[in-house]
Amino acid sequence: MSETTMQEVVERIEPVDDRPTGFRAVLAEFWSYFSENHGAVLGLFFFIGVILVAIFANHIAPHLPNQQFRDALLQPPFWEAGGDTRFLLGTDAIGRDMLSRLIYGSRYSLFIGCIVVSISLVVGVILGLIAGFFRGWVDTFIMRIMDVVLAFPSLLLALVLVAILGPSLINAMIAIAIVQQPHYVRLTRAAVMTEMTKDYVTAARVIGVRSLRLMFITVLPNCMAPLIVQAALSFSTAILDAAALGFLGLGAQPPTPEWGTMLAEAREFILRAWWVVTFPGVAILVTVLAINLMGDGLRDALDPKLKRS
Amino acid sequence: MFLYFIRKLGVILPTFFGVTLVAFVFIRTLPGDPVLLMAGERGMSDERHAALMAEFGFDKPIIVQYGLYLKQLAHGDFGHSITTRKPVLEEFLTLFPATAELSLCAMIIAVFFGLPAGMIAATRRGSVFDHTVMTGALTGYSMPIFWWGLLLIIFFSGILGWTPVSGRISLLYYFEPVTGFMLIDSLLSGQEGAFSSAVSHLILPAIVLGTIPLAVIARQTRSAMLEVLSEDYVRTARAKGLGPQRVIGLHALRNAMIPVITVIGLQIGVLFAGAILTETIFSWPGIGKWMVDSIFRRDYSSVQGGLLLIAAIVMFVNLAVDLLYGLINPQIRHTD
Repeated sequence: MSETTMQEVVERIEPVDDRPTGFRAVLAEFWSYFSENHGAVLGLFFFIGVILVAIFANHIAPHLPNQQFRDALLQPPFWEAGGDTRFLLGTDAIGRDMLSRLIYGSRYSLFIGCIVVSISLVVGVILGLIAGFFRGWVDTFIMRIMDVVLAFPSLLLALVLVAILGPSLINAMIAIAIVQQPHYVRLTRAAVMTEMTKDYVTAARVIGVRSLRLMFITVLPNCMAPLIVQAALSFSTAILDAAALGFLGLGAQPPTPEWGTMLAEAREFILRAWWVVTFPGVAILVTVLAINLMGDGLRDALDPKLKRS
Repeated sequence: MFLYFIRKLGVILPTFFGVTLVAFVFIRTLPGDPVLLMAGERGMSDERHAALMAEFGFDKPIIVQYGLYLKQLAHGDFGHSITTRKPVLEEFLTLFPATAELSLCAMIIAVFFGLPAGMIAATRRGSVFDHTVMTGALTGYSMPIFWWGLLLIIFFSGILGWTPVSGRISLLYYFEPVTGFMLIDSLLSGQEGAFSSAVSHLILPAIVLGTIPLAVIARQTRSAMLEVLSEDYVRTARAKGLGPQRVIGLHALRNAMIPVITVIGLQIGVLFAGAILTETIFSWPGIGKWMVDSIFRRDYSSVQGGLLLIAAIVMFVNLAVDLLYGLINPQIRHTD
């Protein structure tokens, strides 16, 4: 067989793939799947809106969050009788502007989401990698601990952890991060175990790639899809749980304009002033809903099991 | 099946010991030692302190203390409440029926509306009904239920005046609890109006607590149904000329129910977490409110006992669901 025909054979076996590759192409493919889900796009835009509101809170908010207007206690929103355009969404029991407090509150919710997801993601991924990589007693040990954490209803365990640590926003975030931990560990471990059986891992081992590099650089990037989806979903759970802890008086403490804490302060006025109760809840619901919509879209676009080929 | 049971037990037993360890460690990680905690603000003399430490066994090595704790648990002793001095188990059992009744009603609401909604949404995929159900389900899933409860109170109690704001039954009625379930007890008491009073107290909290399970069940039923409807045997059944009701109601539903039953079982943890918030809002005298109150009263032995008992119940129910799952789906018994 001459050399030219050999060349032809090789070309016939491996047809040239001229589709764009690299990060841009991956992003374009992702977006084409993601944008099919209109709800997800809507959620994404709303979420970006919340981020912008949080960043520019001090420019957008008409008043300071803790500034009290003694002449305007429990003033209704501007469209109700007795309302005033000075306070678009009314004021609370000690004359603080609801709208400004809600705007500043978005900072807390996003902060909570980011911190909780970062802590639980980083620690969870490391534990999951170790468990899935080394198996044996290390695996059993880690997974049993995760089983124990999962045996408790999440909010209850968070509540008890806060009782130990003392009620504050930081401790609430730590507690929620601990409670959400096991989901990341399980996902990472499962993904690592699937990847480990593949040829490219064997190949990497054969050429002598060290464990640490194999774990974080070779295997981990291929396990990211379910983790990203989980991160989105646990972002919203973190906001909900932190608001619940705040509502129970175990999260952020007054006068912090955290949405759950605002609801707790508003509880005694529910039958007199509907706006102090309604708006913080709407803020929580809509933000969480937007993130969950986004999460659904992410899952559709990233989850290989559901991916339409 | 027996082997499957043993295998499940092999996983759950170490977890249970882990749970007892968490409950044991919990009270020791609190700032201050347990005896000082019990004494509270009053404080005590050093001799009395040492005597109490010895009495409760706190002067022994930590591993011995854990052994003693396990021994106590084996005898059904979950400690005594620091505020009421009553055994924790007794308090728990007195309050548990209230939470059980609430959770059961919440679950009935969730299944009663969630299952049909998910089924119909799946059979009419892409329709307006499907979109409405899915949007509603995602909204329910994203709901801060403590706020949802407050909204319902504003509307139904504040504006319409239909339902009371708190408690399990009007103070006008009194009868000895027989089953602990207010709905049944009020009927048994034979007092006029007692039952409707109990229902009006229960309805809002049950709706609030049922919201998230309802959303989860609707979503899960829909996706399980969609998966089953694309299976070959459904096509075969249709090809045989069976009517849509028979295909969906008999062939598809039976198989779609397998994952749905699991999801329903797994809601037990969600229910307990939800009960903490729901009971607090509606002043419902159950376990959830008791746990929150105990935390605020610094009644840590109650918190410890409650934590352990709730975890045990959740684990027990999950085990039961696993076994049921193995029973209806033989495949699962033979794979891990």
